Amino acid sequence: MTSKKGRFGIFGGQYVSETLMNALIDLENAYNKCMQDISFQEELRYYLENYAGRQTPLYYAKRLSEYVGGGKIYLKREDLNHTGAHKINNVLGQILLAKKMGKTRIIAETGAGQHGVATATAAAMFGLKCEVYMGAEDVERQALNVFRMKLLGAKVHPVNSGTSTLKDATNEAIRDWTQNVKNTFYVIGSVVGPHPYPTMVRDFQRIIGDETKKQIMAQENRLPDYIIACVGGGSNAIGIFYPFIKDKTVKLIGVEAAGRGVDTAQHAATLTKGTHGVLHGMMSYFLQDEDGQINPPYSISAGLDYPGIGPEHAFLHESGSAQYVAVTDQEALYAFSQLSQLEGIIPALESAHAIAYALKKAKQTREDEIIVVNLSGRGDKDVHTVLREMGDEIDE
Amino acid sequence: MSRIKQTLDALKKERKKALITYLTAGHPDIEATEALVIEMVKKGADIVEIGIPYSDPVADGPVIQKAAQKALDNHIKIKDIMYMVERLRQKTNTPLLYLVYFNCIFQYGMEKFINHCKRVGIDGLIIPDLPYEESQEIRRISAKYDVDIISLVSPTSEERIKRIISDSTGFIYCVSSTGVTGMRKKFEADFETFMQNVNEYGDIPKIIGFGISSPEQVKEIKDYADGVIVGSAIVKMIDEHYLASDRLEKVGAFVTSLKEAVK
Repeated sequence: MTSKKGRFGIFGGQYVSETLMNALIDLENAYNKCMQDISFQEELRYYLENYAGRQTPLYYAKRLSEYVGGGKIYLKREDLNHTGAHKINNVLGQILLAKKMGKTRIIAETGAGQHGVATATAAAMFGLKCEVYMGAEDVERQALNVFRMKLLGAKVHPVNSGTSTLKDATNEAIRDWTQNVKNTFYVIGSVVGPHPYPTMVRDFQRIIGDETKKQIMAQENRLPDYIIACVGGGSNAIGIFYPFIKDKTVKLIGVEAAGRGVDTAQHAATLTKGTHGVLHGMMSYFLQDEDGQINPPYSISAGLDYPGIGPEHAFLHESGSAQYVAVTDQEALYAFSQLSQLEGIIPALESAHAIAYALKKAKQTREDEIIVVNLSGRGDKDVHTVLREMGDEIDE
Repeated sequence: MSRIKQTLDALKKERKKALITYLTAGHPDIEATEALVIEMVKKGADIVEIGIPYSDPVADGPVIQKAAQKALDNHIKIKDIMYMVERLRQKTNTPLLYLVYFNCIFQYGMEKFINHCKRVGIDGLIIPDLPYEESQEIRRISAKYDVDIISLVSPTSEERIKRIISDSTGFIYCVSSTGVTGMRKKFEADFETFMQNVNEYGDIPKIIGFGISSPEQVKEIKDYADGVIVGSAIVKMIDEHYLASDRLEKVGAFVTSLKEAVK
């Protein structure tokens, strides 16, 4: 689906400073070489299996399904990966690539801290120096993940510019890379950024969808009717969608964060409310004003709190190959407690958005229909936020 | 012939180097920017580069980031800046450039933006996040309106330099070192090799920017090229005299010292 210039339809591209162009070209060449290289693929598979704990289960959520009273809801348990989310799939791929390219220093941006923790983890395991950029506001909101990264030996730089969140952490990581491009590998955490990142990250995450396909065939002997995943930048969604894009009977649904409502100024529903633009090296959809100034996004979930979306999602949206919807903070919180109480699984607030939409969707389906939800991460990191938001309701 | 080319050709004929000065529009406010541009021209700036403030200036260091944020906090819009340039054009014939991130142009509409630039009297655009490969469409449009798209080359450009230069108008913006805008104590070891490499191609003027912050540095570096660009040091001075009554005087004196150094 990627064209020669790294475009998905009109989306994607390489909007970066001249200083980074040769680095992107080198990265693309190294990446293409590694994807052809069986020993690289075997090494990656070794770490995915023995270090990250793949494959992850595809679990039939029987009580949740019966409670809703519609189709069968399956959960792809990415929360069971090492470091608690799908992020490690991509990080292992990129850090192995960095090693092959002879880079000695790793940098990353992080929002909630999940990608930062995954990067710090893999860097520790491979003995590489790691520095993570994180918005100062997120450093405060996600203090535990900051401490985790420090325990893992990474240096965390709080970013105070702009809105002090993920967008600004990404800006700062790009600035660092521009400065230290000769020895530094920038590990981007989602299917965003200049080509080849959106393609490369998708390829490292498609293992989610590849496994799901095999597992659902083994358990149900047919493909699912719906696949639902949350979308910030969109890496877990593209990971589970990608192997199903050509299966026309499978409906792919991405769930954006509606925050306090898509008709308020406080949401992160990029495809629902955004317009075409260019940021962080890519052409895609962004929340912005008529001068192209980026509007600060909002979501209760730090991982969805991003004003843009990966270019391939923008393409799937416009071509109609996937559908994108939005759910609010309140709906996500409700789903968070439902899944905890009915299945004994505490989801990440990001993933709770996907669960929330699955609950709505399941009600409209027949009992013989199958819904797969990508449970992209576990909720330990969010317990503090949820306590603040709905502690009293849980007590009752 | 474009005003940029005219100005740079004339300087070259007299064996003089060009001084280009930068400031962020709307920092501290649009009237102050207007007065500062005139003052800089009066004190010897050969070309003035006006930065359009942007929410996510990834090519800029902390000084210009802060100036842009302050300008945006003052609700500066692109149309305010266009009106300012229109007024400036009544008072000066000196070439004026925009430093503008691509998304601002893209949202405005590429052709509408270039057309508007031409109408108010902007001579060229520096777009720091639009590399050669992505710039074909805007080059095509700007050629129609005779607005120069200034290409950047950097020490990491290597074999790309030749192709970039062969397709350029106005001048070549040579980025002195890797990294973002802002003051640097010294330049990288490969700077000399880089400039030798750049100077091999074309007669288009080569101007060095990024990290040049003092008359001493201007002296040290000017002979490698046809001119220098000073940005963050001026913006910092404006910021330090944000509400001070002697702001114009201080910046004017600094530009005078840069002009002395460039001679």
